[in-house]
Amino acid sequence: MKLITAIIKPSKLQDVRDALSSIDVAGMTVSEVKGFGRQKGHTEIYRGAEYEVSMLPKLKLEMAVSDSIAEQVVEAVAAAAKTDNIGDGKIFVLSLEAAMRIRTGETGEGAL
Amino acid sequence: MKKKSTLMGLAAVALGATALSTPAFAAVSDESQYIFNSLLFLIGGFLVMWMAAGFCMLEAGLVRSKNVATMCVKNVGLYSIAGLMYFLIGYNLMYSGVAEGTGFMGTFSIWGPDDSGIEAGDFSGGYSATSDWFFQMVFVATAASIVSGTLAERIKLFPFFIFVVILTGIIYPIQGSWEWGAGWLDGLGFSDFAGSTLVHSTGGWAALAGAIILGPRLGKYSEDGKPLALPGSSLPLATLGTFILWLGWFGFNGASQLAMGSAADVAAIANIFANTNAAAAGGVVAAILVTKIVYKKVDLTMALNGALAGLVSITAEPLTPTMGSAALIGAVGGVLVVFAVPLLDRLKIDDVVGAISVHLVAGIWGTMAVPLTNGDVTFTAQAIGVVAIGAFVFVVSAVVWYILKFTMGIRMSEEDELAGGDYAELGMEAYPEFGKGSQIM
Repeated sequence: MKLITAIIKPSKLQDVRDALSSIDVAGMTVSEVKGFGRQKGHTEIYRGAEYEVSMLPKLKLEMAVSDSIAEQVVEAVAAAAKTDNIGDGKIFVLSLEAAMRIRTGETGEGAL
Repeated sequence: MKKKSTLMGLAAVALGATALSTPAFAAVSDESQYIFNSLLFLIGGFLVMWMAAGFCMLEAGLVRSKNVATMCVKNVGLYSIAGLMYFLIGYNLMYSGVAEGTGFMGTFSIWGPDDSGIEAGDFSGGYSATSDWFFQMVFVATAASIVSGTLAERIKLFPFFIFVVILTGIIYPIQGSWEWGAGWLDGLGFSDFAGSTLVHSTGGWAALAGAIILGPRLGKYSEDGKPLALPGSSLPLATLGTFILWLGWFGFNGASQLAMGSAADVAAIANIFANTNAAAAGGVVAAILVTKIVYKKVDLTMALNGALAGLVSITAEPLTPTMGSAALIGAVGGVLVVFAVPLLDRLKIDDVVGAISVHLVAGIWGTMAVPLTNGDVTFTAQAIGVVAIGAFVFVVSAVVWYILKFTMGIRMSEEDELAGGDYAELGMEAYPEFGKGSQIM
């Protein structure tokens, strides 16, 4: 199993969801995060004081998927989240050791 | 506004009546004048009371989420303390037994109403004594709320409240007695219609003394003096607060005419309303233009400060200017504030909401601008008033702040300041469902 973490632009969530619905990804967790990468921030002025706006709002998507569709999911997310501008985000794939559905107690791939 | 003794009050009403060349209607009866005058104080009074909500929302919106509930407690608290202190000590210290034209203060006694005359049909008092107390009380509350904005986010709650007790019970009433209590400044010809100096500069001086002695917020100024931006938690609240203050100011300036028993008085009040509005508008437009030119983008918080600076600027003389002049006077206030805010930062005086820039700087400008439209007032008299009240309020406030600092301490601990006043002083969050908010520190 794999845990796929994707940092994307907040405006791209619906496109990513649409792309994933056709691949049969059962679910995802979405959190609102801030961050920066090579997309440097810029300065603004608040009451005469300059400040760096380097933290930009993003969304973090986490999906637990079976090994067989992991690569598909990565490609689908990347295609849907891309805007060709800096700040599009990144996708990370981690090895997922175990999983359980709380309601039924199913484990392994049956929990995904 | 000059509060005069009851005899003078009658004379003022009579003067107002004779300003009309030929009275076309029957003269307003004494009782009707009494009613109208009292109504003016009561309506103006509750409008100025509503400014307490305005200050509260403005300040809550300009501090970080972790201090919002604390700001609200400070504002509700200081308004209440002001009301009680002005009853217990303040009013009589400001108005009772002040030597006319020479006095430095009134008497220490609890205020009580005296409307005994009206039972016998004697309305020569001119207005209900309590209506006058009520109207004056909301003014001292306004002065106190100026201090809370400047010292936000690092002042301890109870030392602040103790300072408010002294400001509203002693400091404000004494300097107020010099002018509105018909004391020595009034005798010299100093003129402050509704309080650019007596209310706004007084609050500003007390805030300045506090800000210097309290010190800036943690991390506000870097080693090389560069100020850190600490954006407020809710710009809509700050804007709402400003609009509320704008509305309340019609009572603040309008009712300072002190009489409504004649057409001339009502016409004057109408002009005051229009000038007050024009000054605020001038301040907003000036601030928007200046921030756009200097910073390339419009700063909403400066536009809000500009409105208030315009209002403060016209407060010393909202009657004699034409509407165009009022707009210009307000515009100058708006420009001053845009430059005063970063100037204070350069001096490392941390004024969270810009209260010193709005109330003290624009207050001084508004006071000195009076002779520009009022030929009966001299620049010299105005300058004496500004300096005398400034020195008195600043020095006495500084003494009180120092005493508080070296007895109970006035500053939150570093840990408490980082966690926020809401956690440290109140044990509750302003926005419990929204987490800690987007703090940079």
